[in-house]
Amino acid sequence: MPLRKAHSVLPGFGLAMGFTLLYLSLVVLIPLSTLFWKSASLGPAGFWQAVTSPRVVASYKLTFGASLVAAAINGAFGLVVAWVLVRYRFRGRRLMDALVDFPFALPTAVAGIALTTLYAPNGWLGAPLAKLGIKAAFTPLGITLALTFIGLPFVVRTLQPVLESLDPASSSSPATCP
Amino acid sequence: MSRKHVFVVTLLLAAASAAPAVAQELLNVSYDPTRELYQEFNAAFIRDWQAKTGKAVTIQQSHGGAAKQARAVIDGLEADVVTLALAYDIDAIAASGLLARDWQKRLPSNSSPYTSTIVFLVRKGNPKGIRDWGDLVKPGVQVITPNPKTSGGARWNYLAAWAYARRQSGGSDAKAKDFVTALFKNVPVLDSGARGSTTTFVQRGIGDVLLAWENEAFLSIQELGPDKVDIVVPSLSILAEPPVTIVDKVVDKKGTRAVAQAYLEYLYTPEGQEIAARHFYRPRLEAVAKKYAAAFPRVNLITIDDVFGGWQKAQRTHFADGGIFDQIYQPR
Repeated sequence: MPLRKAHSVLPGFGLAMGFTLLYLSLVVLIPLSTLFWKSASLGPAGFWQAVTSPRVVASYKLTFGASLVAAAINGAFGLVVAWVLVRYRFRGRRLMDALVDFPFALPTAVAGIALTTLYAPNGWLGAPLAKLGIKAAFTPLGITLALTFIGLPFVVRTLQPVLESLDPASSSSPATCP
Repeated sequence: MSRKHVFVVTLLLAAASAAPAVAQELLNVSYDPTRELYQEFNAAFIRDWQAKTGKAVTIQQSHGGAAKQARAVIDGLEADVVTLALAYDIDAIAASGLLARDWQKRLPSNSSPYTSTIVFLVRKGNPKGIRDWGDLVKPGVQVITPNPKTSGGARWNYLAAWAYARRQSGGSDAKAKDFVTALFKNVPVLDSGARGSTTTFVQRGIGDVLLAWENEAFLSIQELGPDKVDIVVPSLSILAEPPVTIVDKVVDKKGTRAVAQAYLEYLYTPEGQEIAARHFYRPRLEAVAKKYAAAFPRVNLITIDDVFGGWQKAQRTHFADGGIFDQIYQPR
């Protein structure tokens, strides 16, 4: 400890670390521990039964399956979006860049209602899909669409700095539009 | 805002909250479709209470699936009164010690100031020809109902379907189980409360038939106009008694027992009964019931006590963890 203290550039490491631990505990650890504490009241057998019941297992499959598909979609198309935003300078780029954060900013309940309205059999996109015999709202497809919507900013915001560091030209010469 | 302003505002707020003449506030935690009923009822009660006592009272409402709402009260939502969809959910609150176990004897008519039943809401002209419970299990019929694990209305739906199957010639518990299994195979979306299901059926256009509270079905027709949906009354349904009571621990802590008691009793007065009837809840008071008799269809009603031996038993058999609903509603 004394060694690290001596090398620390920031003053008040102890205070900052103490605050960080307290803050993380209040915001993250305490709510999480309630979860464990509550489920511990079931006892090991009850807990095992609850987490392995067929309906719960079906929910794992749906959650992980849909998330994986959504992540794959975002991985591909999010990369394109990030690439365009980093590589090129064009009108409306900043607006587009801000729009990427939109799914972050929108409360999930609001996003859910908007997406269901859109994809319900009588919605703008749901009606043509229903004619093709595709049901989107309240199906695994709908869940995947919602997860794709929510996941986009995570992919783009993670890739942007990486692409920027790969591409030193973009920061020095803005007019490299082909 | 300058720092001085903030200070003054804080002082004012502190003074306002400490003032003795501040209006009492009631929280009514209710089930999903009673929003409109209690909006009108609350306004009427506030006027009545002001006239009788000269005191002001404000009333907050909270709505959601009945079992979910009961859970919230047990977990600490400070409801002065609960007005839920069925007795078991209030029993569950009583079991947590928040109110007296004999709560259902405290007000007349099993503490249910109004009753209702379960009917079908179908698309205009009834294109799928749905006339009775038996039509709900036909292939290609999509049935909308909320989730019996969270919603009171959904449990009434389920039990009415069960009672119907049980009453058919050659009916047995095994046959009834097969029947509700087939019925729930036709359910594409399980919302958590009755209003959610109404939205799915009416706004989202999903499903051929909605199993609905009678009041919710009438309200949908009133809201949408009679050219969108029709009500179908099945050959048999269940007498639903949504009960009300005071949450003792909360009113004693907040000092609101008198006003909470008056609030619930006002439901039984001619004024309260009229408001209930106008919102399509069947009134208990003879005079009001007669006046609105023509508004309600005649339905062959069974009761939970006769067919299922009361709510405690019905809940244990059908809706508790590992109960019949858990057995029949499995991933396919």
